[in-house]
Amino acid sequence: MEGTGLGWIGKSVKRVEDARLLTGRGTFIDDHPPVANACHAAIVRSPLAHAKIRGYELSAALALPGVVGAITGEDVARHTKPFSVGVTAPIHYYCAATDRVRFVGEPVAVVVAKNRYIAEDAADLVQVDYEPLPVVVDPERALDADAPVLHEAVGSNLAGNRRLVYGDPDRAFRDADVVVNERFTFPKYASTPIETYGVIARWDLLDGVCTVWSNFMGPFIMHPLTARVLGLPENRLRFIVPADIGGSFGIKSSIYPYIALIALAAKRLGVPVKWIEDRREHLLASSSGTDRVAYREVAARQDGTILGMRFKWLDNVGGYIRSPEPGCSFRPTGNFVGPYRFQHLEVDASVVMTNKSLTGPNRGYACGHLYFETEGMMDRLADRLGLDPVEVRRKNLIQPDQFPYRTPSGGLYDSGDYPAAFDRALELAGYDELRREQATARAAGRYVGIGLALAVDPSVSNMGYVATALDPQFRAKPEYLAKSGAVDSATIKIDPLGRVIAILGTTPQGQGHQTVVSQIVADELGLVPQDVTVVDEMDTFTRVWSISSGTYSSRFGSVGTSAVALAARKLTAKLVDYAAHLMELPAPSLEFRDGAVRLRDGKGPSYSIKDLAGRAHWNTESLPEGMEPGLQATAVFGFTVAKAVDAEDRVNSSNTYGFIAEVMAVEVDPETAAIKILRYVTVHDAGTIINPMIAEGQIYGGALHGLGGALYEELAYDENGQLLTGTFMDYLVPTASEAPQIEIAHVVSPSPLTPLGSKGLGESSSMTVPAVIANAVSDALAPLGIRINELPMTPSKLWKAIDQAQRTPTGVSAPLASGALQPRRGVSEPRESRALRPRAGVSEPRASFSGHPRSDPTSRTSLQ
Amino acid sequence: MVTVRLNVNGVAHEGRCEPRKLLADFIREDLGLTGTHVGCEHGICGACTIMFNGEAARSCIMLAVQADGAELMTVEGLMRDGKLHPLQEAFREHHALQCGFCTPGMLITALDLLRTNPSPNDREIREGISAVLCRCTGYQGIVNAVRAAAPILVAGR
Repeated sequence: MEGTGLGWIGKSVKRVEDARLLTGRGTFIDDHPPVANACHAAIVRSPLAHAKIRGYELSAALALPGVVGAITGEDVARHTKPFSVGVTAPIHYYCAATDRVRFVGEPVAVVVAKNRYIAEDAADLVQVDYEPLPVVVDPERALDADAPVLHEAVGSNLAGNRRLVYGDPDRAFRDADVVVNERFTFPKYASTPIETYGVIARWDLLDGVCTVWSNFMGPFIMHPLTARVLGLPENRLRFIVPADIGGSFGIKSSIYPYIALIALAAKRLGVPVKWIEDRREHLLASSSGTDRVAYREVAARQDGTILGMRFKWLDNVGGYIRSPEPGCSFRPTGNFVGPYRFQHLEVDASVVMTNKSLTGPNRGYACGHLYFETEGMMDRLADRLGLDPVEVRRKNLIQPDQFPYRTPSGGLYDSGDYPAAFDRALELAGYDELRREQATARAAGRYVGIGLALAVDPSVSNMGYVATALDPQFRAKPEYLAKSGAVDSATIKIDPLGRVIAILGTTPQGQGHQTVVSQIVADELGLVPQDVTVVDEMDTFTRVWSISSGTYSSRFGSVGTSAVALAARKLTAKLVDYAAHLMELPAPSLEFRDGAVRLRDGKGPSYSIKDLAGRAHWNTESLPEGMEPGLQATAVFGFTVAKAVDAEDRVNSSNTYGFIAEVMAVEVDPETAAIKILRYVTVHDAGTIINPMIAEGQIYGGALHGLGGALYEELAYDENGQLLTGTFMDYLVPTASEAPQIEIAHVVSPSPLTPLGSKGLGESSSMTVPAVIANAVSDALAPLGIRINELPMTPSKLWKAIDQAQRTPTGVSAPLASGALQPRRGVSEPRESRALRPRAGVSEPRASFSGHPRSDPTSRTSLQ
Repeated sequence: MVTVRLNVNGVAHEGRCEPRKLLADFIREDLGLTGTHVGCEHGICGACTIMFNGEAARSCIMLAVQADGAELMTVEGLMRDGKLHPLQEAFREHHALQCGFCTPGMLITALDLLRTNPSPNDREIREGISAVLCRCTGYQGIVNAVRAAAPILVAGR
């Protein structure tokens, strides 16, 4: 690899961001009002999950002293357009409800006042006349013929369905020695950044420019979408993102409807408007991953070789489908098969609308779901065949000599050595010893289990994947415009003393871009990181960006760092040409090395970067003829492997692909159902690691998000569509006491596609922990015949399953499974008892999924 | 409107506000000390934690008037003579922060833990800082930082 000779890359350089953040000098959206006289908004939200809006009564609110004005859904309908959605069904998603509300917490009006206290007082005085409608929250129930329909123009609650077929899955299933089935459910949870959404909008009516400050993280495709909604040319809508964002994990990509709503309020009321979301609003109505019902089938040979799989998914996107959904189904298209070699796959993906809040990217976007199911199936297959779960995985892994590897669904895995990384994890965990300890523990009546999970870690999504949601016939129409891309940019300027300013268009939320870029530039230009100042506030008017820009989908470690390296290399190439001119030597005889232009053979004079920078800035006459003055370069790096989805629904949905191998050992206390993590080993291959400290920080954080979703966190709803977990007292975020010790190791397979060999790592173990802990708990409870196929594994749910199993004679399937299938249960008792009451049409296997029998025909009990 | 007189980070302040104004809002808006962050307004996430008469307290569930006559310390008060506090240094050294939003509350909470338990073991550190939610770090860096800072603070007494 070029440019790494000085060795800042690969070092755990301490972060430059920390000085300001440790001393209370960060610039978060709520900290430094960028406009004078901003007024403050409070949003009136629907208390009902489904209702028609008959009218609004604003007079009491408007009469309150200090109130500037209000807008309602009528203004929204009159003065904005609905957002584009990712499906062809006629779903009109506006930035606030216009004639009907479809989930609790949906915005219906905005009140603006001199301060937030008055705005909230006034919001309480707004009267909205609702006509309640029947509610549906369960995605399977929502598809029943008699279910309440949310969008009459659509005619059903199905926002979209695609059946994707790769290879010949029917034949694979015909040829199989063994077929294993399972039904899984995955919860609706959100990584809940501690900083909530915030938007400040100013609309200059005379020059027609709307400026919005917000903690939006991208993707900036939402900028043109928002401009269209507001009726603005794109060069009249300015998005500015301050330097500090208080976490996001995908969630703040869904702030854009509020950008439109607050911008509209600023326009209609003629004042700058500031809105900071509160926690209740955040849990009610920001964003989350989807809850999913999945039916899985795997076809295999007796020796464990997988021939094919079938996935059938119902992803619940809530009251409307909001872009970039249905990424919930299609974002992992290229890595549907994970790390395994099988060639035959059928994916039947339905995106369902119900009266829950809206969904979008959440850390690991859709991959936590994917691997929870796939890795669960691997264990079930191993169990059926009497094989060790290690063996069945090894048998099916893509081999190192197969890279670059094209998956049947179009993914192009750039590099990797999956067996080596898996072996490293097993070795680190002492897998064989763990199994011996488990046997001893079991003999003593203890419930100790070992779980495995393997995953391909996709980074830098190719925006072209979104079109997989559309039928190939639709995409074949001449008026359809194909989409693809994954780009990022960086600008580097060298000042007259040879120091550097690097300007990014990224929106970091704690990933340490300033630090990482200072390391890369230092290596490329032969400097120390302290010589490099990095500016990363995003501003759509001044930064170089494109619609796939933004800090999402583990982008920066792969595409952003590449742009930085290329910009630096443009400059070193220019410095070589300049020095060649000064030295009257042919440029090919020179090279930039260790901070200076030198003769390739190492002897003779050299020109340092400082020397060249001073001359170039102070004396432009010294430049060779035709050389552009100034020492600055902008590079836009784009992956050429990011192509549009093809006619067979194949798409390289991401651009670099890492790998994760995990081993976890747990013990379950049968009396309390408490799960104790005894060992947790995670091995990652993310190519070149630029800053190991930052990389491991991402792994620790990602793992805890996965653990939260697996054990604690759920946006739980009752049958009326009321959110039951509306504060952090009910929505349980893991604290330090719940966080496990994690043993981390890296295997490095540099990406051939990036100049530094790096890949993304930001989502990391968030996508594997649900799988590994579910497998470990299933293994622990195997003597009781309990197998985890539903998350979160709350103590009450697990305790009931254990209690039930202990009362049931060994080898007989407990009846709990079918009686308590739906709706899924949360934490508190009332919900538990409601869930146990069978409901018509939901408690029995449904005819529409007759091809996918609900329960595994083994004697094991499903934990529901 | 009521008058609130208090001492923050060794500096006397006086402000006038509505009796219902939250202390966190008063600190941020009236005193301009935006280092104290508000994450939930329910007293759960702990981002708003400050020292209130020498003990950690959540400023989002107190009223500014309750702080009349009190002595507060916020994150801005940790530095001395232009140098980071040893706990801040340890946070930087051990990568105990990513986005930095919970960090002010986490620092004050950790300081309060070390005040009451100068040599905590890991379990006690985890329990002590469990009053503050962090969604970035998985807490490992924070535990490492508090463990590393503890003997330095003891030595500095």
